Amino acid sequence: MTHEQIIETLEAAFAGQLSDCDTAHGISAITIPAASNLKVLQFLYDSEDLQFRFLTDLTAVHYPNRTNEELCVVYHLHSLHLNKRLRIKLYVPVAAPKVFTASKLFSGANWMERETFDFYGVDFVGHPNLKRILNVDEMDYFPMRKEYPMEDPTRIDKDDEMFGRGGTIC
Amino acid sequence: MSAHIHLDEASIQKQTTTLNLGPTHPATHGVFQNILEMDGERIVSAVPTVGYIHRAFEKIAERRPYYQITPLTDRLNYCSSPINNMGWHITVERLLGIKTPKRVDYLRVIIMELSRIADHLVCNSVIGVDTGALTSFVYVFEFREHIYEIFEAVCGSRLTTNIGRFGGFERNFPQEAFDKINKFLEAFPRGMKEFESLLTRNRIFMERTMGVGGISAERALNYSFTGPNLRAAGVDYDVRVAQPYSSYEDFDFKIPVGTTGDVYDRFLVRNQEIWESVSIIKQALEKIAALEAADPSQKEVFYAPEADKYHLPPKEDVYTKMEALIFHFKMVMGEIEVLPGEIYSAVEGGNGEVGYYLISDGGRTPYRLHFRRPCFIYYQAYPEIIQGSLLSDAVVTMSSLNLIAGELDA
Amino acid sequence: MRPVQYNTNLKMVDLPEGHSGEGFFATSLNNVIGLARKNSIWPLPVATSCCGIEFMATMAAHYDLARFGSERLGFSPRQCDLLMVMGTISKKMAPILRQVYLQMAEPRWVLAVGACASSGGIFDSYSVLQGIDQVIPVDVYVPGCPPRPEAIIDGVMKIQELVGQESLRRRNSEQYKGLLESYGIQ
Repeated sequence: MTHEQIIETLEAAFAGQLSDCDTAHGISAITIPAASNLKVLQFLYDSEDLQFRFLTDLTAVHYPNRTNEELCVVYHLHSLHLNKRLRIKLYVPVAAPKVFTASKLFSGANWMERETFDFYGVDFVGHPNLKRILNVDEMDYFPMRKEYPMEDPTRIDKDDEMFGRGGTIC
Repeated sequence: MSAHIHLDEASIQKQTTTLNLGPTHPATHGVFQNILEMDGERIVSAVPTVGYIHRAFEKIAERRPYYQITPLTDRLNYCSSPINNMGWHITVERLLGIKTPKRVDYLRVIIMELSRIADHLVCNSVIGVDTGALTSFVYVFEFREHIYEIFEAVCGSRLTTNIGRFGGFERNFPQEAFDKINKFLEAFPRGMKEFESLLTRNRIFMERTMGVGGISAERALNYSFTGPNLRAAGVDYDVRVAQPYSSYEDFDFKIPVGTTGDVYDRFLVRNQEIWESVSIIKQALEKIAALEAADPSQKEVFYAPEADKYHLPPKEDVYTKMEALIFHFKMVMGEIEVLPGEIYSAVEGGNGEVGYYLISDGGRTPYRLHFRRPCFIYYQAYPEIIQGSLLSDAVVTMSSLNLIAGELDA
Repeated sequence: MRPVQYNTNLKMVDLPEGHSGEGFFATSLNNVIGLARKNSIWPLPVATSCCGIEFMATMAAHYDLARFGSERLGFSPRQCDLLMVMGTISKKMAPILRQVYLQMAEPRWVLAVGACASSGGIFDSYSVLQGIDQVIPVDVYVPGCPPRPEAIIDGVMKIQELVGQESLRRRNSEQYKGLLESYGIQ
């Protein structure tokens, strides 16, 4: 089964809901609406032809310029049966970033969703334990979003001028 | 923090004891905390806490030019850092469409397999240490020193190697490196046999590790296990075979697969993978010799010509030619751009599939770089694996999973 | 009554060296105790990341740290003299490191191995402590990323020099107390 056939099977099942389908660098990518992520994942899991039963990766990207669609949650799935990968993207607004959790279907999604919540603030509805995982629990902002700097803004021992970060040079 | 769990009427205590297997502990190799609820010696539940060495790699990667991310990838799985480096270089090469020559591929395979041997040696000897066998640890580290010497001859550094460039290597391998590799291949099998004779059929070791920390193949796949832990559970998924990179399809090697996924199976799978790596290195050396015999000019090939833009020009040119000087300056200042695109690419690291999800927007730094870290993903299964086992078994299980803190927390 | 006359023509001399302060018999005792302490340091390794692997190589047979008296690695702070911090300490880990330091008994020394423990290393990010001397006082810093085993041994040898020359009353002195105060340690 080629990448195009996989996308055709998906389009046959979810007519009209897929967008931005392309195949580049050996992996096909589709974009789905945020509310139907569980349906698509369940379909891919149950389908005997496709058998996408391995969740390789789950992460998010922040696009501050796309109004109302700033946070993009990306799933990478792998079908050991077909030996093919698939990337599923969905967009949610940063004001209400609610996505249904995939942790009932894939146990491996549990911590991956916690990490995504920790970094971007994506709220996974139905997650058993959505707390921060890598950062300190008291942190009150989501550090991977583009508006926050890499350095700790409260540090006093390093002179930002010397590091070229005095505001004049980026 | 966690509530005591009430035990049934037949037990001696009426509720569990909380034990903190804290971040600084001799048995946790790396900083992991587990808050265990114990019924005597048996573990009823475990809550792991990670993030004690979170260094914000992904945020740092958004601020660094592309080749400055290589030292960052070193520090992911630092027991086998060349694999991470080359995985990153292969990712960017795939994005840019650069095809590396065969000699470069074979040299990369040699370095990657050497680092895989180093990683598995640490893991297996540490399983031995956790069951009380300290001798094998000391024997095995001598061979790791030999591997470090080979890395030093090639790139100058022992552990965090920062080896290679986009399209190949920074300089040709000196003859000294090949001599050291040959010496290693002669001396290592004997040392490995000694290591195996100490532990593999050792009655105490077998009783400590068989039936301990097992996981079934279905649960392992559901938890997205990869690498030796998944292969010990019975699934033969190896990125080198499924999506070959760096000419792995030219090599002839077997993938060892276990049955029950317990600690003993993982130990055996890693041992066998070390033997397979030795065989792959021998094949790679033969293939390089064949290439050089057919075409003597191949001896000087150490990077892909189309990756010129990402390669520092030779020093003679930098001091004599203007374009080379400008290029050198641009490259060191990090002003080389990469075409926009999005790619996910994976290599088989010491712990499984190390994936790089790179989104480039055409600038000098990535827009988003995400590392798919196998340790982070399979550590989720740890509470399920150790439930109902003894505390000492939990310790051995943790060391058999080969958790590298740098990779787990990134 | 005649007024009392005092001899105001006194010449003050200092006591000979060794009579005041610790006492003259303490200077040789200092040397002996220093010699004994420096050749039997029990380290407590807090190995968090890559420097920990170089530490494992230092403890192994090729670059043996045991010949400097550190045969027994302790993992309990109550029993150890030297806290070796190897690897990056993040802000999440900093309170724990401080706890471990506080649990150590005097005399205690701290060795910061690697660039990350000395100053944050290459990780100038929001989650990494920029040097452990923000939370605990450090005696010797070993630079490197990671430092070679020879460098770690050099660091341990410098600690040995410090241990051998330390006076017995240093831990009670005002200067040391001031140092601990500046870190908020009683």
